[in-house]
Amino acid sequence: MGRALGLLVFLAATWLLLSGIYDHSLLFWLGAASCLLCVLVSWRMDVVDHEGTPLELGWRIIAYWPWLFIEIVKANIDVIRRLLRANPDISPTLVRSQTMQRTDLGRVIYANSITLTPGTLSIDIDDGKGILVHALSREGAEGVLSDDMNRRCAGLESDRLHRRAQEDQTP
Amino acid sequence: MMDWPVIASGVLVISGAFLTIVGAYGTLRLPDIYTRLHAASITDTLATFLILAGLAVPSLVAGEWLIAVKLLFVLIFLWFTSPIASYSIGHAAFFAAQKPKLDHDLTDGEGGTA
Repeated sequence: MGRALGLLVFLAATWLLLSGIYDHSLLFWLGAASCLLCVLVSWRMDVVDHEGTPLELGWRIIAYWPWLFIEIVKANIDVIRRLLRANPDISPTLVRSQTMQRTDLGRVIYANSITLTPGTLSIDIDDGKGILVHALSREGAEGVLSDDMNRRCAGLESDRLHRRAQEDQTP
Repeated sequence: MMDWPVIASGVLVISGAFLTIVGAYGTLRLPDIYTRLHAASITDTLATFLILAGLAVPSLVAGEWLIAVKLLFVLIFLWFTSPIASYSIGHAAFFAAQKPKLDHDLTDGEGGTA
């Protein structure tokens, strides 16, 4: 119930920021109605859970995004430098990264962060064997193996998120 | 006429456009689908950010922060969805037995069987 309320607040904030029209009562009520309808449909579809509305991530994800952004910029510069040589300086490498995350949500965040960083691309996620990563260069592959991003993504998962994930799995 | 918001926004948009060209060049130049995806992800991430930041600068200076927030939403939605598309392409290629051309395989041969 609290999660549905959180989703409603989030949708309402998104609507207010996107519309920018605050002095027109008809539009205002139509916006409120569409937010309510959205929450209702999501509720009926049973997607208002820890994955659809991950409120448990909270401030951790806000702290993670700037770090990820800086990593993306650094990786971009590295890949651009490799590409702009007369002969592209690449050494394609496949590695497996053993995931440290405890929930599917954490693993998805980790795999998406790998793909979002240029120079590394997650190809397959396997519960037992970890994430199969294709890297443009051997250095990039070693960066994945250093598990820095892996640890940070595992740090995103609070104990509460872990509990909720188990509750949602066994209804 | 040429005050600093115009110059800043121009520099950002032009460098974003340049990175898009670098991404396109890499997509043509590199040998196989996986390495090409790496080049394409430059266009997906930093080039998009630079162009959107360049568009946001004049509206922020003019005090129209709602426009900047909309551009931020565009960036967030793009950065949430583009890795999923890249993953789908890489995953589909790998399991269609399109073996990557590798210099190093650090998976103890397990990578090929998956």
